[in-house]
Amino acid sequence: MSKHVLSLLVEDKPGLLTRVAGLFSRRGFNIESLAVGTSEIEGLSRITVVVGVEGAPLEQVTKQLNKLINVIKIVELDAETAVQRDHMLIKVKTDASTRSAVLEAVTLFRARVIDVVSDALIIEVTGDTAKCAAFIKVLEPFGIKELVQSGVLAMGRGSKSITEKVLK
Amino acid sequence: MANEVLTGAEAIVRSLELLGIEHIFGLPGGAILPTYDPLMDSKKIRHILVRHEQGAGHAAEGYASASGKLGVCIATSGPGATNLVTAIADAYMDSVPLLAITGQVGSKLIGTDAFQEADIVGITMPITKHSFLVTKAADVPATIAAAVMIATTGRPGPVLVDITKDAQQGKAEFVWPPVIDLPGYKPVTKPHGKQIQAAASLIAESKRPVLYVGGGVVRAGAHKELLKLAELIGAPVVTTLMARGAFPDSHKQNLGMPGMHGTVPAVTALQKSDLLITLGARFDDRVTGDVKGFATGAKVIHVDIDPAEIGKIRFADVPIVGDAKEVITELNQELSALLKKGQPDLGEWWTFLDGLVERYPLGYTHVEDGKLSPQHVITRIGELSGPEAIYAAGVGQHQMWSAQFIKYERPNSWLNSGGAGTMGYSVPAAMGAKVGQPDRLVWAIDGDGCFQMTNQELATCAINNIPIKVAIINNSSLGMVRQWQTLFYNERYSNTDLNTGTDTIMIPDFVKLAEAYGCLAIRVEKEEDIDKAIKLAIETNDRPVVIDFIVSRDAMVWPMVAAGLTNDEVQYARDAAPVWDGIE
Repeated sequence: MSKHVLSLLVEDKPGLLTRVAGLFSRRGFNIESLAVGTSEIEGLSRITVVVGVEGAPLEQVTKQLNKLINVIKIVELDAETAVQRDHMLIKVKTDASTRSAVLEAVTLFRARVIDVVSDALIIEVTGDTAKCAAFIKVLEPFGIKELVQSGVLAMGRGSKSITEKVLK
Repeated sequence: MANEVLTGAEAIVRSLELLGIEHIFGLPGGAILPTYDPLMDSKKIRHILVRHEQGAGHAAEGYASASGKLGVCIATSGPGATNLVTAIADAYMDSVPLLAITGQVGSKLIGTDAFQEADIVGITMPITKHSFLVTKAADVPATIAAAVMIATTGRPGPVLVDITKDAQQGKAEFVWPPVIDLPGYKPVTKPHGKQIQAAASLIAESKRPVLYVGGGVVRAGAHKELLKLAELIGAPVVTTLMARGAFPDSHKQNLGMPGMHGTVPAVTALQKSDLLITLGARFDDRVTGDVKGFATGAKVIHVDIDPAEIGKIRFADVPIVGDAKEVITELNQELSALLKKGQPDLGEWWTFLDGLVERYPLGYTHVEDGKLSPQHVITRIGELSGPEAIYAAGVGQHQMWSAQFIKYERPNSWLNSGGAGTMGYSVPAAMGAKVGQPDRLVWAIDGDGCFQMTNQELATCAINNIPIKVAIINNSSLGMVRQWQTLFYNERYSNTDLNTGTDTIMIPDFVKLAEAYGCLAIRVEKEEDIDKAIKLAIETNDRPVVIDFIVSRDAMVWPMVAAGLTNDEVQYARDAAPVWDGIE
């Protein structure tokens, strides 16, 4: 299955997320991750969705999304021309004997410790999907108690903006 | 001058009037009551009170499909709204321009499981082109205008506007024309010039082209342009279930309907073609059969107003996004110039196809159980009523026979539930069609199963002077299901007997039922009485007419491509496959 990152510029209307998510489920498309938030323009939101494409080609996904009245624009953001970032919070079991090893991994991965108690740390890490996966692998032996992550966020490189030309 | 201040309810009625809406089908209830009050005073809008909201939905569909205008239905919240769901889904599948207005509980009650509350916007999201929830009176005009625009432009479809009771009761300045703000909605109607050129050159080179015509041509009103295109190329034309009438059946290039119950020439023409000129059709599984084995030697030109249809099922060598009318007009111009240099020689192709037309005409075997042949009944209805009439079918065997044995000469004369396959479509759709086209003769050709799903609208027809004719093709069973049980389930007839035939307990007796609804009711059991009954029905216009035709349950729909097989395996009668020779 190949993965594609789509960035959607959408009108911020009630039910918008249901429309997008419902479309994926009823057409049999796979959502790998989804991140939603406001954009720099009032009334418009950005959705970054990672699509797993198997049977249905990506073209069908984007065409069907484009039919949603509240979807204004869709661009595919590939790894070469866009930056892609995951954001994670990880709660790791630690004690006096393991803490320094965990902190070393935190430094190596340029992560941050944001909460400390005697038997655990909460670590925040940002990076592309591969880096985050590698970091989890390193932490696993210590015991991951909890893990939460945002969907992938992506933005095209350079000075151009997705909202250009869209709004007259 | 200051704008007039109206209640939201008054604004709904005023907006509809200003948008040219003349007919609404609906049924009131608590959450839509505020709107029914000003509706009573409207001089421009005739509201027709149905007996079930599903009837309102299908009536609005029939109205739209027969007239080409927008159909409008209205219902209250909760069950009123959910009763519209089947009709909305039907309109979505068949691209019918439909506006559904529903009342909703007060905005402060939303989410509290209030009496007659249902999240109809959520429920209908997958089956509407778009939907709106209105919670403020001030938003009414712009929302109604936007809904109508979305429903009627681009690929037509159903749009739902759910309006809370407090939005109907609140007051606001009525601003008209309102500002419609839909930055994400820009349907492409004008085709790309380069694609037109590419299509024209493929057509000029083709030796075995077929015009594969779908319902999009009917919705776009592109039949005249299609006729010109077909005669310009000289290619055979096949009209799908949704496109019957888009091209005259009397035209010698028309091979009829393709698909599961298509004619042998139409099915074979697609199968052996080297170029499918696809116009407003969507490679439905009922047309393609097993898609891997469908028209394997053909290149594809695919014209559709909905870009998502192109390449969804079948790769398009030349994709053209645009309105069928505009596309065909431009294609005609391009081809006229190109074909002056030389007309493609389709001689060999036509020799092959003419052979099929001669050997495998549409036909049927007469039944031997003393009952009527349904195909004969339907043929006579068509012959005695003519091409200016409108025919609305239910779903099943009678639908296929109506598509096959009535000769259609004009678009919008054939109404049916193609994509959704909604049993019960026929009577309310015919009612809506008669309202939209009062001067035309309108038939509902229905099955005994379908008829029992929506016949309550006979009351609406009788009371409101909507004199439709209903022909029940009564084989006392769920005929199409029974046919499959005959062919694929060892004649084990699980739950398909309906006991409406004359040799059964006859529950209900359709003649008594129709009479109870104030209709002229006729039962026909003998072949010699068929014409007499049809003529009496045609002459009777002071009330609806119901004819109960007692037909054989052994009659089956042929030709047939069994589900899951390729179109190469079409049979024109049971265990009888056509012989194809003369072409690779």
